[in-house]
Amino acid sequence: MSAAATARKPVRRPVSIASFAQADNVRRENERNEVEMLQPVVAEVFANIGITKDDIGFICSGSTDYLIGGPFSFVTALDAVGVWPPRAESHVEMDGAWALYEAWVLLQEGEIDAALVYSFGRSSPGNLSEILALQLDPYYLAPLWPDPVSLAALQARALIDAGKATEEDFAAIASRSRKDAMGNPKAQVASDISAESLMKDDYVVSPLRRHALPPITDGAAAIVLAAGDKAREWSDTPVWISGFDHRMETHSLGARDLTSSPSTAKAGEVAGVADGSIDVAELHAPFAHQEIILKEALGLGNGVRINPSGGPLAANPIMSAGLIRIGEAAVRIASGEAGRAVAHATSGPCLQQNLVCVLEGE
Amino acid sequence: MDDETTTEERGPVTTLATPIRLDFEFTPGIALSHFLRGLERGKFIGQRCPKCGKVYVPSRGSCPTDGVPTTEEVELGNTGTVTTYCVVNVPFAGQSIEIPYICAQVLLDGANLSFMGLIQEIPTDQIRMGMRVEAVWVAPEELTPSLASVKYFRPSGEPDADYDTYKEYL
Repeated sequence: MSAAATARKPVRRPVSIASFAQADNVRRENERNEVEMLQPVVAEVFANIGITKDDIGFICSGSTDYLIGGPFSFVTALDAVGVWPPRAESHVEMDGAWALYEAWVLLQEGEIDAALVYSFGRSSPGNLSEILALQLDPYYLAPLWPDPVSLAALQARALIDAGKATEEDFAAIASRSRKDAMGNPKAQVASDISAESLMKDDYVVSPLRRHALPPITDGAAAIVLAAGDKAREWSDTPVWISGFDHRMETHSLGARDLTSSPSTAKAGEVAGVADGSIDVAELHAPFAHQEIILKEALGLGNGVRINPSGGPLAANPIMSAGLIRIGEAAVRIASGEAGRAVAHATSGPCLQQNLVCVLEGE
Repeated sequence: MDDETTTEERGPVTTLATPIRLDFEFTPGIALSHFLRGLERGKFIGQRCPKCGKVYVPSRGSCPTDGVPTTEEVELGNTGTVTTYCVVNVPFAGQSIEIPYICAQVLLDGANLSFMGLIQEIPTDQIRMGMRVEAVWVAPEELTPSLASVKYFRPSGEPDADYDTYKEYL
């Protein structure tokens, strides 16, 4: 690790999470295409605060064409918003959390005061394990088609061998997530089941049992960001982004210590996670053991409420699960349940790339 | 491979073949399913935007101008206007039609979105913008939920459409 101290990066212009909406997270959208799935979510995120697309200065989306095997699905998805007359728009081939980062950077510049961010993804049309194998290094890893569950199992095994976790810890995380998901009407996997019962699951790839894996989910989400007067105009209880950063690690899994997440730690430092106490953390840990790694990287104590929404073990819509973490954390602050929260998003195998967003109420 | 040669002699690797194949199930969606089921019955089915009143054929379920669901179904007729066209003279792999042939954008009467169609039963040098055409469907027993149900369009014999009627759709 570099000896250079990482400086806390101050936010130049306060931006608020003005509205959040998400689709029902389901195993399979049988009838609706992406546009039909996204349109009601975009309509809801506007209706929540009584605005229209005309109040928005910028649109940014996160999605990947690999999920449905159709070219330029992010262009057709714009039909869900309606972009005539022409609108300022951008897209990232990343989880919507990174689309939100791009919109936030633009808002920092001060040219616009509001942005729409959305993401969507249907994992059901293809074979997700094969699709995700193709995000790996194309020369040495991708030709071996390592599936994401096997790669995550390598990481979980390393964590156990390092004495940092046990299989019972994974079951306890899954049990808590499923119970919390019972309070989340949008969740896909929710049940009151004990860790002891979950330990009876078979291994999918040892040491990961079924419950330590995320569900396969079709879903979509949207957030409206607001700055300046609009933030207060659209909400009596604005939720401010007080710190924001993302970092990534090498493509080569063999060159990483999979039991820790230095990219999350660094993003957390720059975003100022430790500048105050954290009440709630929404962590994008698709596999149960990754929550343990992220908790350590962000320096979260046992008093922090982790994934009250149920988290990605309750619903893991690819390309939206990170954006949903930011939305869910904001909801906790807006409702007064939390004063300060951290939201996290990940991308790539074994937590390769990580984004940290700190949110605060007033 | 000859074990006697060294890496230096063989030179750097410049190409690596890593075959990739992914299979997907296509979900056309609710609106497009109505359009495809229409083709199966030999009909063009579009949808109207409740806000701007435009009729999209095919519709993807949301008005690209207003971003609202296009729920009102509209059955369109068999005739339309050529808004623009090209004559294909280039042979390519998998070509199923004898060149030269005409590929055109056809605006069905009552629609606000043109789509691509083949124009036949006319010498290629007689095609023109504004030409009135009608759809020729495959035999009833060959109809499927696919644009392949439309064999091609041919001149309807009506006088050419006035430019003002299709200038917005170029």
